[in-house]
Amino acid sequence: MQDNLKSSSYQQLEQKSKYTNMFLRWFLYFVLILFASYFIFPLYVMVVTSLKTMEEIRQGTLLSWPSGLNFDSWAVAWGGRGYGAGDTFLRPYFWNSIKMVVPAVFFSTLIGAMTGYVLTKWRFKGDSWVFLFLLFGCFIPFQAILLPMARTLGALGISNSIVGLVLVHTVYGIPFTTLFFRNYYVSVPTELVKAARIDGAGFFKIFFKILLPISAPIIVVTVIWQFTQIWNDFLFGSTFSFGEAAPIQVALNNMVLSSTSVKEYNVDMASAIIAGVPTLIVYVLAGKYFIRGLTSGAVKG
Amino acid sequence: MKTLKIEDLSKNFGSTEVLRKINLEIDEGNFLVLLGPSGCGKSTLLNIIAGLETINEGNVFIDDYNVSKVEPKDRNIAMVFQSYALYPSMNVRENMIFGLKQAKTSKEKIEQQLEKVSKFLQVDQLLERKPSQLSGGQRQRVAIGRALVREPRIFLFDEPLSNLDAKLRVEMRREIKKLHQQLKTTVVYVTHDQTEAMSLGTRIAIMNHGVIQQNDTPENIYNKPSNTFVADFIGSPSMNLIKGSLKESSGEISFTANGSNFEIPVKGYEFKDKSNLSNKEVFFGIRPEHIYFKKSNESDFEVTLRADLSEYIGHEQIMTFDYANQEILAKFPSTIKIELAKETKLYFDLTQTSLFDAQTEERI
Repeated sequence: MQDNLKSSSYQQLEQKSKYTNMFLRWFLYFVLILFASYFIFPLYVMVVTSLKTMEEIRQGTLLSWPSGLNFDSWAVAWGGRGYGAGDTFLRPYFWNSIKMVVPAVFFSTLIGAMTGYVLTKWRFKGDSWVFLFLLFGCFIPFQAILLPMARTLGALGISNSIVGLVLVHTVYGIPFTTLFFRNYYVSVPTELVKAARIDGAGFFKIFFKILLPISAPIIVVTVIWQFTQIWNDFLFGSTFSFGEAAPIQVALNNMVLSSTSVKEYNVDMASAIIAGVPTLIVYVLAGKYFIRGLTSGAVKG
Repeated sequence: MKTLKIEDLSKNFGSTEVLRKINLEIDEGNFLVLLGPSGCGKSTLLNIIAGLETINEGNVFIDDYNVSKVEPKDRNIAMVFQSYALYPSMNVRENMIFGLKQAKTSKEKIEQQLEKVSKFLQVDQLLERKPSQLSGGQRQRVAIGRALVREPRIFLFDEPLSNLDAKLRVEMRREIKKLHQQLKTTVVYVTHDQTEAMSLGTRIAIMNHGVIQQNDTPENIYNKPSNTFVADFIGSPSMNLIKGSLKESSGEISFTANGSNFEIPVKGYEFKDKSNLSNKEVFFGIRPEHIYFKKSNESDFEVTLRADLSEYIGHEQIMTFDYANQEILAKFPSTIKIELAKETKLYFDLTQTSLFDAQTEERI
C-alpha cells in the first residue's frame, strides 16, 4: 500500500519535471530565435532591397518581398553601366583589395609567428621589454600615425599604391599577430626546441619543421583576424590611396556618396554586400578548420 | 681518459648563483645520477653538459676534449626529456631519424639504425603513428629510441619518469636499468626521486644550492652520508638526527643527547679525526630501520623510550618515540604490536650510526 503511494507520487513528480523541462526548452528556443532574427534582420533588408527595382523601392515598404530575382543592381555595382566618365563600379577596386589583403595577411602572419617564436623560444636580454613595446602597438590610435606614415610612404616612393598599403597593414598587424603567436608558443614545451637543437636543427629549421606544423589553429585565428581588419579598413585606405589605387571600402564610400542623381538604394545595397562577402567566406571556410584544429589537440607531444 | 669531466664550473642567472665551482668526473660506462631538491641546479648542470646553456666559468670535457663552446649537436650526446619532447607533427619514424637526417647520414645507415633500435625497444609496430596516438610508456620508449639511434657517447636523462604514473614509473625504471646493463653507455640522469637514484645509479651526486654535497656510490651515500643534508635527504623516513655532545673518559668516547642522562658508547665508530672530540656538539644519526625491537647483534644498544605515535602503512609501521624531548622515528614490521604512551625497550644498531659536527654539519 505504502509502496503504491510512493510510486504514484514519484510519477507525479516525474510528470511535473517533464512539463517544466519542456517549457524551459521552448522558452530557450524562443529567445534564441528572437536574437537570431534581430541579428539577421538588417541582412534581410539589404538582400531584398538589392533585388528590387527603384520603382519597387519607392512604392513598397522596407520589408516587402521583391517581385522577382532581379540581379541588375548587382551587375551595375560590380561592372558599372558601361558609359565612360563618372561611372564608378567595384570590380577593379575589389581586385585592388585582394592584391592588398593577400600579401599583407601573409607577411604580417609570418612575421608575427617569427617574433612570437623568438620571444618565447630564443629568449634574450630585454625580450620582455620588446614584447611590451610591441603590445603598445596594439593600442596606438591609428589616426595618430597618419601623418608620419604618409611622410614615410612618400620618402619610400610608394604613396598612393597597393604596395604602400601592404606595408602599412603589415607593420600595424605585427603587434596583434605577435601577441597571438607568442601566447600560443608559450604553451608549447621549450623542450621541443632543446631536443631539436641536440638533433642538429638550427633556428629556421626548428621554426619551419617543428613549430609551424603545429601552429594551424593559431594561424587560422590570425588569418581571420588580419583578413577582417585589412579588408574592412577604411582609414588607411582613404588616407594613403585615392583614385585607381583605392581598396574596395574606399570605392564603396565614393560610389555611395558621389552619385549625382537619385540615390540608388538597390545598387548601394548590392555594393555593400559585395564588399562584405569575402570576410564572410573566410569565416565560413576557416572557421570550420579552426574548430577542427582546436579539437584535434595535437600540441602536446 | 674520463668520458665526462667538469672543471670548476659556475653558472649564474643574473645575480642568482645557480652552480658554484662544480667538479665532477665520470668513467666510461658509469650511470651517474644527479639528485637533489627542486632548484638545486641539477637540471641546469645537465643542460650545460648538453650545451643548451652557456657557462660563466669553468669547462666541460668529453673524452678529454674541451666542449665548453661546442654546439649541442656536435657533442656526441643525446638527451631524453621529461615531457618526452617528441615532435608532434612527425610520426614515430620521422621523430627517431630526425637527428640522423640533420647529420646527413646515408639512407642505408638510417634505415639500419632505425630497424635495430625500434626492434630493440619494441616500437617497430608504432613507426607510422603520431606521438598523440601513443601511451605515456610508448612515448617514453620512442624518446629513448630517438636518443639511441644516434649512438651517442653520453646519454642525458632529464627526469624522464616524472610524467608517468606510479606503476609505469617502476616498470620504465627497470627498463632503463636493463638498457644500461646491455649497452653500457655512460649516462647522466637527473631526478629528485631518491628511489630512482638509488636503484639506477652506479654513482650518485647529491646537490643542494648549486653545490655537490656528496658524489659517491649508492651504498656510501646511504651508509656514510657526508653531511646532515645528505643524511636527511636520503631515506624515507629520513635519518634521525639527535642533538647532543660527545664525552671522553678514560679513552672511551660516548654520546649523550641533550637533556638525557644515559650515554651511548660510540667506540666502534670510525672517526675521520680522533682529536678534539671531547665535549664536541654533535648530531647522532641513526636511520629508522636501524632501530630494532629485538636485540639482534651483540653490540646493539638498549634504550627505553616512550611511544607517541604509530603510522601503519601495510608492510611496515613507523613509530614515533620520545628521546629526551626529541622525536625519533623507527620502522618495524607491522606484525609487531607496540602500545602507545608506554615505555618500550628498543635497540640501536651501533654499527650503522653516523656522527655530524653540530656547527659545520659535516660528518666527523
